[in-house]
Amino acid sequence: MINLIRSLGRWGLSAFERLGRGHIFLMHMLAGIPGLFLRFSLVVQQLFSVGVLSLLIILISGLFVGMVLGLQGYNTLVDFGAEESLGVLVSLSLVRELGPVVSALLFAGRAGSALTAEIGLMKSTEQLSGMEMMAVDPIRRIIAPRFLAGLISMPILAAIFSAVGIIGAFLVGHGLLGVDDGAFWSQMQAKTDFYDDIMNGVIKSVVFGFVVTWIALFEGYDATPTSEGVGRATTRTVVHSAFAILGLDFVLTALMFGDE
Amino acid sequence: MPLIKIRDLHFYRGNRAIFEGVNIDIQRGKVTAIMGPSGTGKTTLLKLIGGQLRPDKGTIEVDGQDVHKLSRSELYELRKRMGMLFQSGALLTDINVYDNVAFPLREHTDLPETLIRDLVLMKLQAVGLRNARNLHPSELSGGMARRVALARAMALEPMMIMYDEPFTGQDPISMGTLVNLIHRINDAMGLSSIVVSHDVSETAEIADYIYLLSGGKVIEQGSPVQLKRSGSQWVQQFMQGLPDGPVPFHYAGPEFADDLLKPEEYA
Amino acid sequence: MMQNKSTEIIVGMFVAVGIAALFMLAMKVSNLGEYADEAGYQVTAEFQNIGGLKVRAPVTMAGVRVGRVADISLDPTSYNAEVTIDMYSQYDNIPLDTAASIYTAGLLGEQYIGLEAGAEEEFLQSGDVIYLTQPALVLEQVIGQFLYSKAEGE
Repeated sequence: MINLIRSLGRWGLSAFERLGRGHIFLMHMLAGIPGLFLRFSLVVQQLFSVGVLSLLIILISGLFVGMVLGLQGYNTLVDFGAEESLGVLVSLSLVRELGPVVSALLFAGRAGSALTAEIGLMKSTEQLSGMEMMAVDPIRRIIAPRFLAGLISMPILAAIFSAVGIIGAFLVGHGLLGVDDGAFWSQMQAKTDFYDDIMNGVIKSVVFGFVVTWIALFEGYDATPTSEGVGRATTRTVVHSAFAILGLDFVLTALMFGDE
Repeated sequence: MPLIKIRDLHFYRGNRAIFEGVNIDIQRGKVTAIMGPSGTGKTTLLKLIGGQLRPDKGTIEVDGQDVHKLSRSELYELRKRMGMLFQSGALLTDINVYDNVAFPLREHTDLPETLIRDLVLMKLQAVGLRNARNLHPSELSGGMARRVALARAMALEPMMIMYDEPFTGQDPISMGTLVNLIHRINDAMGLSSIVVSHDVSETAEIADYIYLLSGGKVIEQGSPVQLKRSGSQWVQQFMQGLPDGPVPFHYAGPEFADDLLKPEEYA
Repeated sequence: MMQNKSTEIIVGMFVAVGIAALFMLAMKVSNLGEYADEAGYQVTAEFQNIGGLKVRAPVTMAGVRVGRVADISLDPTSYNAEVTIDMYSQYDNIPLDTAASIYTAGLLGEQYIGLEAGAEEEFLQSGDVIYLTQPALVLEQVIGQFLYSKAEGE
């Protein structure tokens, strides 16, 4: 019993310690961001590996999610004779929820795990340490550009996901199931508000981008510098990111749409 | 005045003592070797000198400045004058040899690209890898990676270079190359070198002065000749690589004969 | 250096695609296109009961969308609902004695305002009031009335 309490206490202490380290890391990282505007090419390089390389999975997943939404939504709506509302159903579910959330989950799997592995590997091969000894701050030089790139990429990817998804739903709804295209678009436009729906979706994806990139970079930076440690850190990135995305999504949804 | 003055250094990792009252002086312009068995914290000592770790007690002065009392920016200024060669080379894996050597120059100076090119080629020429400049670190052998890292460490013309186990895992030819390079660069550039190693013969060949560490303390110090003549059995065992001596071959425990007479243990 | 250039181009394209996607969401998917149309004129109408009418609900004439509900408030003296309507600028020839009714799209659909043109020579202008209004049909009331008349008939 005493042992249980003791190990529980130790676990709690180390959790707090990690939380503290993570926030100190965050502050250090944020402090490095203003300097990046003088060397924006560092960020551009990372936008390529963080953003562009995640584009394919986002495009394909977005298209299929939209097509499935179109199919399922139609089957339900047609019972109520409301298949014209398919556009609304698809656009609201994509723009408010699925776009930001699913693209963030995919981003955590594609870019987040890659970031953790990259930073963890740089740590285990002493590259970060070596940089420090060359009087170059690795957090400013290596971590901060990746963080900014993640922050910029996430809303872009989420917007692409939603747009492609709506096109996919339109292809299925209009092309396959014969929903009137005028009704599809006009109902969608009537019910989707730019500020309440689309901008809130964008805010969500910025928050998710912030959290996922932060988790990924911190896990890499904090990894045990062995191949096993890096592997575990990569797994933790994906799991913790998923928890953070879904938990935050609930909170943000309650804040944004709760009063309707 | 010595370049580095370590006084009464204590460092603990958890409850385990790595250093307990170590005093070391590193003279300017000389090659000083720090030797000892594996796990005596030789690499830790270099990290303490570089300010990456903080001692629990005692001071480390580099060029008259107490490393652990400096502000962050002062420490970074000091590090620009320290070169360090990591065991693995620690080259940046996503850029090629040329860019690796150019890295500190581009980070810390505003020199034009043409001048950087001249400097990089000069340093690479010194380590004999000028024509390997377009290779990626993954295409280099371990010895070549260390030579590139050496060129990079020299790029900012430091006052000293610290070598962390430079000879480990090298074939005889690249070992000889590295020994030769360390010696030549120390003399040609007029800098001070600290070599951390447990390769006795190579280190003794280039070191002007040797510190022998064990159990968190300096066991013996002196020139290679003095050390070879040391009266201490432990020093003799280490310098000659004898399998048995003060450091026993057998893991501590009951005598073999006694053990044989106790068959009931597995009965 | 060459590789750097192409990286920059691809990243530039990536950002452009993202902006295009956002632009599509804004113009094609959401009602942002309508905000631009707010240069039209505003009229008000008083209803006894608006049922489930909401802000941003469409305003149509002969089924064609001619405006949208901008605001709904309660008139403190008459206790009627006062509905402000944004009319699109191109429909500037709607007669003054036009009637407004609240309809439901389909059995369970959203409610909207339908306008029926009058015969007046003069047209509605900004600030005008539509006097002829018909309140929303509230299902419970209709059923209640139906049962009542049934009971009386027997």
